[in-house]
Amino acid sequence: MMPALFFYLFAGVTVASAFMVISSKNPVHSVLFLILAFVNAAGLFVLMGAEFLAMILVVVYVGAVAVLFMFVTMMLDVDFAELRDGFLQYLPVGALVGLIVLAELVLVVGTWGAGGATQTVVAKAPIPNDVTNAEALGRVLYTEHLLLFQAAGLVLLTAMIGAIVLTLRERRAGVKRQDIAAQVARGPATAIEVVKVRPGQGLSETGV
Amino acid sequence: METFLQVLLILIQSVALLVALLVFIAYILLADRKVWAAVQLRRGPNVVGPFGLFQSFADLLKFVLKEPVIPSSANKGVFLLAPLVTCFLALAAWAVIPLADGWAIADLNVGILYVFAISSLGVYGVIMGGWASNSKYPFLGALRSAAQMVSYEVSIGFVIICVLLCVGSLNLSDIVRAQDTAAGVFGWYWLPLFPMFVVFFISALAETNRPPFDLPEAESELVAGFMTEYGSTPYLLFMLGEYVAIMTMCALTTILFLGGWLSPIPFAPFTWVPGVIWFVAKMCLVFFMFAMVKAFVPRYRYDQLMRLGWKVFLPISLAMVVIVAAVLQFTGWAP
Repeated sequence: MMPALFFYLFAGVTVASAFMVISSKNPVHSVLFLILAFVNAAGLFVLMGAEFLAMILVVVYVGAVAVLFMFVTMMLDVDFAELRDGFLQYLPVGALVGLIVLAELVLVVGTWGAGGATQTVVAKAPIPNDVTNAEALGRVLYTEHLLLFQAAGLVLLTAMIGAIVLTLRERRAGVKRQDIAAQVARGPATAIEVVKVRPGQGLSETGV
Repeated sequence: METFLQVLLILIQSVALLVALLVFIAYILLADRKVWAAVQLRRGPNVVGPFGLFQSFADLLKFVLKEPVIPSSANKGVFLLAPLVTCFLALAAWAVIPLADGWAIADLNVGILYVFAISSLGVYGVIMGGWASNSKYPFLGALRSAAQMVSYEVSIGFVIICVLLCVGSLNLSDIVRAQDTAAGVFGWYWLPLFPMFVVFFISALAETNRPPFDLPEAESELVAGFMTEYGSTPYLLFMLGEYVAIMTMCALTTILFLGGWLSPIPFAPFTWVPGVIWFVAKMCLVFFMFAMVKAFVPRYRYDQLMRLGWKVFLPISLAMVVIVAAVLQFTGWAP
């Protein structure tokens, strides 16, 4: 009874908050609802026994990606009146995209329900009870799917280098920069000079 | 009936842990102020009760009885949600912390990932509070904290990976059990992974916005940062969440590097002491270090903070992951 109760709780909140993402007027509220949807999706993963995926979903999407979303939307100065003016203009394209996605979803769920291709995939890999989630994932990820895993890593590396190249600027000459190594290397021996000053004698006469 | 009893048991355990944690934090707050005062040759709070022992409870009453003020231009819902989120998330991490062998409310297989995920969400309370206040200083504080917490999470993640490589499990209790050797205090991971211990300690300071990394609430530049517009109970919740998060980091340091509930000297009279006492003692030791750092290290400048996170800690921790993995692989010590 308890898992079913929690399933309906998580699923209900996910769907409701996903709806609020597109319907709320304030973009920051939209991002907050998106985060709520992510967290509840993680809850659904936990109910399915995929606890590792759930935690990674929270760490990556909620902890990092959504923070950047939030960053951008907070800085945006959105003119809502202008946005509504364009609504009718983009309605046909939006409706077309929505219809295509809906048709695809119906097809996928339809074949699944009819016992199509997906069930053979599920049957191929029985879930062993004695290994944990992380271990089971690691066993297939670093053996069978090593090539795809490495390729995904390379794609992400390319994206990262691209972002760095885009923001990299030429250093102007003559700008003073902090050199931590030089600061740390400076000690009393190099920075302080003790000078013996006799009474009645100015500093200039000591040679400083 | 069976499930009902189980749920009831978990509820009782949670409430007991919550009460114990809150009372502990009341005295940790006092200890923080006392240490700070002692370093500056002051007496610190000493009026309320003997040696000021009831100071935190007097503060609690003061905050709760004050009138909450919500700025008229603030986004009310998010403004009030922010401190609740901070406090709730900070407390939620404690569900998996094992205070002694088998003393965790939920002994998850992915315990360390859970704590990492929950602590990475802590940034939302700060961003929401800063944005919803609709005022300049809180907003600047929120922006600073978002960048800071995301930066230091990366190195914390790599430090955790180093420890996990040595343990071979994501379970917090297993991490402590893996440190249970005949060498006692020298068998814990602080010694073989000493550079990572230092990186983790400093990153924990930055992750919890403790001085010298308290840029989001730097009082000399931003009044009180993201908390500027807050008062009374919402402010109390922010403070409480902050200290609970600090205790979580102390507990995590204890579990990852200081052997959790294990006795430092692994033979008879010392092993009779209950594990929870060792655990709390180690947590207090780590917190004492946190408090001393707050007392005598000046605040970092923002660019230095970013430099430390990305140019120093990230390469060091990344290199250590490779080194630890290579050593474990070639010596055959890998679990």
